[in-house]
Amino acid sequence: MNNKKILIKLKNEYIGRTYAIICGLLIVILTFSMMFFIFSKGMNTFINDGASLKEFLFSSVWQPDSDTPKFGALIFIAGSTLVSIGAVVLSAPISVALAIFIHYISPKLGDRMLQPALELFVGIPSVVYGWIGFSVLLPFIKSGFGGIGFSMLAGILVLSVMILPTIASISADAVKVVPKNYLEASYGLGATRWQTISRVIVPAAKGGILTGIVLGLARAFGEALAVQMVIGNSIKFANGILSPTSTLTSILTMDMGNTVSGTPWNDALWSLALLLLVISFTFILIIRAIGKRGE
Amino acid sequence: MDAKLKDKIWTIILYAISGFVVLLLLVLIIYILFKGRNFLSFSFLFGNPKVGEAGGGIAPMFFNSFYMLIVSLLITIPLGVGAGIFLAEYAKEGLLMNIVRLCIETLASLPSIVVGLFGLLVFVNMTHWGFTILSGAMAIAVLNFPALTRVSENAIRSAAESVKEASLGLGATPWQTISRVILPSAMPQILTGIILASGRIFGEAAALLFTAGMSAPPLHFDTISLIDKSSPFSLMRPAETLAVYIWKLNAEGMVPDASDIANKASAVLILMVLVFNVSARIIGSKIYNSYSGKK
Repeated sequence: MNNKKILIKLKNEYIGRTYAIICGLLIVILTFSMMFFIFSKGMNTFINDGASLKEFLFSSVWQPDSDTPKFGALIFIAGSTLVSIGAVVLSAPISVALAIFIHYISPKLGDRMLQPALELFVGIPSVVYGWIGFSVLLPFIKSGFGGIGFSMLAGILVLSVMILPTIASISADAVKVVPKNYLEASYGLGATRWQTISRVIVPAAKGGILTGIVLGLARAFGEALAVQMVIGNSIKFANGILSPTSTLTSILTMDMGNTVSGTPWNDALWSLALLLLVISFTFILIIRAIGKRGE
Repeated sequence: MDAKLKDKIWTIILYAISGFVVLLLLVLIIYILFKGRNFLSFSFLFGNPKVGEAGGGIAPMFFNSFYMLIVSLLITIPLGVGAGIFLAEYAKEGLLMNIVRLCIETLASLPSIVVGLFGLLVFVNMTHWGFTILSGAMAIAVLNFPALTRVSENAIRSAAESVKEASLGLGATPWQTISRVILPSAMPQILTGIILASGRIFGEAAALLFTAGMSAPPLHFDTISLIDKSSPFSLMRPAETLAVYIWKLNAEGMVPDASDIANKASAVLILMVLVFNVSARIIGSKIYNSYSGKK
């Protein structure tokens, strides 16, 4: 009798619960194993190939394929940083404007036009962004501003469109939850809509907006193919917004297929992947800190 | 008067920015579809790619994209829904929950190229499978796992509100409540999430470059097997998807009409994304209607 009870309970509860718990734990296992594997691969440069962390982060001499390999990744770090920040600077004001429009200027148009538009922007594959950048933007930049077309500017423009929906949708959530009585207080004091927006809504939502910006930055850092297709991939610092350069992701995309596992060159690429992982984890920690402060 | 004038000016600016973004999207989509308008031809959609001569088709890549989508959904859906159930119903607030959440956030923000490299390390090299559909599908499953978990968790939470206590009160176990009462009513919302994710999977390329490979052998539908490499349904064959093909056309340009093919393939990708998006919207509004009692 007792046995049967356990069996029924097993069927009705324990198997399902165990399955759900396993799935939950799988996320943790997956994340940790990803960190472990990329960490152990990425450390080879420093352990086996004799590079120092200082050289890796602050030197710009990248010759991992020579007889005395040099592992300075500063060019890629600078490239990724500049392109991402450029994209965010361009994208963030527009995104915040969209967020405000959606909830405070015209909720009807926002709901019918802007929200679906943002969803579609997310849906467009990054290779298509890259291809449009390559076939439309590059000739345009070349004829309009000079240079060869492949440039940081092209990377910034493509990325700014790609991260727009990320920043806009998170900012929209943030401005939406600004308490109604703040608005009423502001309007009651005789403030105009714009005064309310600029002095009450945006300051009250700044934590959420900042979260959106950091997530946009993270997405810009990690985007690979679209940037790689328009930035030119030359291994040198950009000496202006119109000159080509490389990013962490673009060099990974370009070279990973050409190197043999175990060589210093290959190790160096894994170190770049590790750096990307560390950067994206740092962004998550920053977002958490912002969230904590807001509470 | 000054404040009111300022308010008007800013309102106009916000309208202009929003209009610009919507216009940009429309121009982008119409341009892509217009440039690739000749994709609706039998020889393109159902022809094999050619090397060194013009007029090749995209049949194998198109098939690969769909097959990859199905295989990776088969992996992600059970895991994502399971993890969603865990988070919504079984996990208690505390350290473990916090760790799981941190892992989800980390995994969700990882650059897809890093996930692809992890796939190269684990699903390609360690398993000795080489570049296969299965490796690619698993890499994409890793990429979509956190997103699907979040969608399921939210859907289950909102579906549970009204029915959970009634079911538990009738003597059902938590698992019976979840599997027979909550999950069915949460399913439409989860489905919307899955379709939106499908659009992203369909266009994903960075995670597939080094996991599913960059070759698409012609398909012969006379053998049907999951393991035999000559079968189109084989999980163990390399499979270049449409998105990866666009990237490779741009990087290597091994056919004279590479840009023409890239235009047409981009149009196909965009069209698929539109289809996924619109169907997700239709399902979403159906749910809204059924919940709000209009139908």
